[in-house]
Amino acid sequence: MIEIIKKTNIDFMGKRFIAFAVSGAFSILGILAIIAVVRGTANLGIDFAGGTAVQVKFDQPVTLHDVRKALDAGGLVGADLQEFPAVKKVLVVIKKTSPATHDTNAASTTAGVSDKVIESLTKGLRDKKLTVDSVSEIGPKVGSRLRTDAMWAIIASVVGILIYVGWRFQFSFSIGATFATFHDVLAVLGIFYVLGYEINLILLTALLTIAGYSLTDTVVVFDRIRENLRAMIKEPVTKVINRSINEVLSRTLVTSLTVFIASLALYFFGGEVLHDFALAMALGVIIGTYSSVFVASPVVLLWVGDKQLVKK
Amino acid sequence: MKKSVKWRFLLIGLALLLTITALLPNMPFYKDLPPAIKKLSPEKGIILGLDLQGGLYLVFEVEGQKAVAQTTKRISQGIQKLIDNKNLHADVKFDGKNITVSPASPELRKAIENGYPNLSVTDSGTSIVYSLSEKESKSIRDNACEQALETIRNRIDQFGVAEPVIQRQGESEIVVQLPGVKEPKRAIELIGKTAQLEFKLVDDDSPLAAELPAHIKSFEEDETMAKFKDKIAGDNEILFERITNKETGEVTKKPILLKKDSLMTGDYISEARVQIDTRFNSPYVSLNFNSDGAKLFEEITGKYVKKRLAIILDGNVYSAPVIQEKISGGNAQISGSYSMEEAKDLAIVLRAGALPAPVNMLQNITVGPSLGSDSIAAGKLTAIAAFIMVAGFMAIYYKLSGLIADLALVLNIMFLLGAMAALNATLTMPGIAGIVLAIGMAVDTNVLMFERMRDELKAGKTPRASVDSGYDKAFLTIVDSHVTTLITAAVLYQFGTGPIKGFAVTLSIGIAINLFTSLIGTKAVFDFINAEREVQKLSI
Repeated sequence: MIEIIKKTNIDFMGKRFIAFAVSGAFSILGILAIIAVVRGTANLGIDFAGGTAVQVKFDQPVTLHDVRKALDAGGLVGADLQEFPAVKKVLVVIKKTSPATHDTNAASTTAGVSDKVIESLTKGLRDKKLTVDSVSEIGPKVGSRLRTDAMWAIIASVVGILIYVGWRFQFSFSIGATFATFHDVLAVLGIFYVLGYEINLILLTALLTIAGYSLTDTVVVFDRIRENLRAMIKEPVTKVINRSINEVLSRTLVTSLTVFIASLALYFFGGEVLHDFALAMALGVIIGTYSSVFVASPVVLLWVGDKQLVKK
Repeated sequence: MKKSVKWRFLLIGLALLLTITALLPNMPFYKDLPPAIKKLSPEKGIILGLDLQGGLYLVFEVEGQKAVAQTTKRISQGIQKLIDNKNLHADVKFDGKNITVSPASPELRKAIENGYPNLSVTDSGTSIVYSLSEKESKSIRDNACEQALETIRNRIDQFGVAEPVIQRQGESEIVVQLPGVKEPKRAIELIGKTAQLEFKLVDDDSPLAAELPAHIKSFEEDETMAKFKDKIAGDNEILFERITNKETGEVTKKPILLKKDSLMTGDYISEARVQIDTRFNSPYVSLNFNSDGAKLFEEITGKYVKKRLAIILDGNVYSAPVIQEKISGGNAQISGSYSMEEAKDLAIVLRAGALPAPVNMLQNITVGPSLGSDSIAAGKLTAIAAFIMVAGFMAIYYKLSGLIADLALVLNIMFLLGAMAALNATLTMPGIAGIVLAIGMAVDTNVLMFERMRDELKAGKTPRASVDSGYDKAFLTIVDSHVTTLITAAVLYQFGTGPIKGFAVTLSIGIAINLFTSLIGTKAVFDFINAEREVQKLSI
């Protein structure tokens, strides 16, 4: 029998205050990121901020310098460029807030900016043939609606979690699960924000997936706690929780490992579209595993104090 | 073999059969199959999303408020007539939203409110301010959206796109999905054109007309307008004609002074088609009016012989020929400097009719066909890589039991694809991500069970007892974790848009199927192994 870990007896609950400090720092980072998103100072993708993204493929290698020169000549100063040299592709992003769109009078739509980009590139790089891979134009109205939708999605999932976990276990477990789930989403968002990665719809998909995954992890631990509470009715709650986490530890690690492996596959083979998604997932798995051990149950403990946890 | 095991294998076999049938349309040999078999499978199988096959995803907003304004304008004209007919002295002003009547006698007020019951009074004193009631204007906006949907559908049908999706979204939006379109720009222009055709008289008699410059560059348009803004009389307006130089291809604009009121609109068109002027070998659009239109056109051309009549589409002058004689027979031509394709599109929009209100493009996602196929390749590679890595890990870590889990994994993926085909679901890039995640969940289910079984074995139970109690104990946990994820997926589906929805669909189908394969599928295999004789050692 191959085992990642043998039977353990780690005092997880004893370390809960160190964990609270670490998690607190992550959560604050995430809250800062949310504030930045709301204020519009974060690096928002065009799906949230509105704007235009054009991905073009050239038949010969181009330098970003030449691309920028061509765009500048076409009056598109200040576009964000991203290069995929291996496939000779360049992504041109012009956000609604960038100076490049200030001279256009399109107040509510971004229509036409992509034409301008393609025209400038065709003119400025005459010796190279380009094919347009994709164009995305998103009006600010759509962007702000997507942001609102996202907010509602988060609120709705929290309510869903609270109700289901509250019904299956009890209210204090709901609180623990909600805290742990939020913690993971905040941490990943915070890390992306600090590293300057783009906050876009794909990241949102990843965050909500992480939330679901982290919740699964937490629920598995809670299930074991509930089971052990009945068996160890005389023992202090701290001991029951510790033992439960130790018992499911190998399952937690194995599962996290497999999901981590799947995320790695996404990261390396998923192409540029899924790159950020996979990165967020990989981070989320690590943080989610940590939180199901060090955040969820300690919060339950904190909430109930030392009272009995057995459901009548 | 135990009876229940037999039944479970039968169930799995049946599911497998359904899956294969559902997936038939996606197989390369599907078209060679006899019709009797084709009938059994769903019509299309799994549909690839626009991000995978290339195409256009557009969201338009119908400016319903403009349709409301138009109706209100007509009412204000009606009120003016009513006042004139009754010989009352009152002023009617329309500011684009409200109609102000001043001074308003009770008699006039009664007459207006009898004639236009849908008006609501927002302010009364010496003057009365009327506007359309909220209910009425909502129904106008609603109608405008429905009509726009119909018109756009009509235009796309004539443009010729295989399997377009045209849907209303929310109160005022229209989503258009055009898979595999090769000329995205042309399609966007065709859909977005309001196509409001108007005939207006050119005011060559006004001294101002002589002052207008003959040709200006495109970017000088605003300048020219600003220069003449204060000089134009109330019933005049300046519009521009676009002129392309045939040799140099340079585009210039020509300002034309017009009478503001349109003599006739495109509502009377019964037919529009492209014809070729053999002298210049240039295309023009030939129009046929219905009988009312023919009568009206004859009247207009008779009244204004030797004057110039401008043909205007969406505020741009197409041509302004001199009327040589009264034109009967209900036929007119729109010539101008445009290419064959432009002429074709013009004919399409004129045939399909005008949009009841202008539309705004809110969102445009265009994916080229080459990126689409790149994405498919990347998606396949990802799925295969993830599968091999995870399956390999399971086989090494849990040995024979791991292989059983891998078998369940294969079934899982097949069932998932089959279910998507049966539901005619659309597979998108985020959808593939959802599948990869569902694979992760499926593995988790088996890990949960196997860890329990190991615990039981360590506690000294026999293999058969370990399998049974491992399943029993893991069952609740599995249900709990799946339901919570399902809740998240449902929320994503409900509140998410586009890519998120695709992700949620595959994830929730994947989870539901996983419950089936893990709780029925693998257990059946274990029971089968344990059924014949007591296995001494469980390979786990």
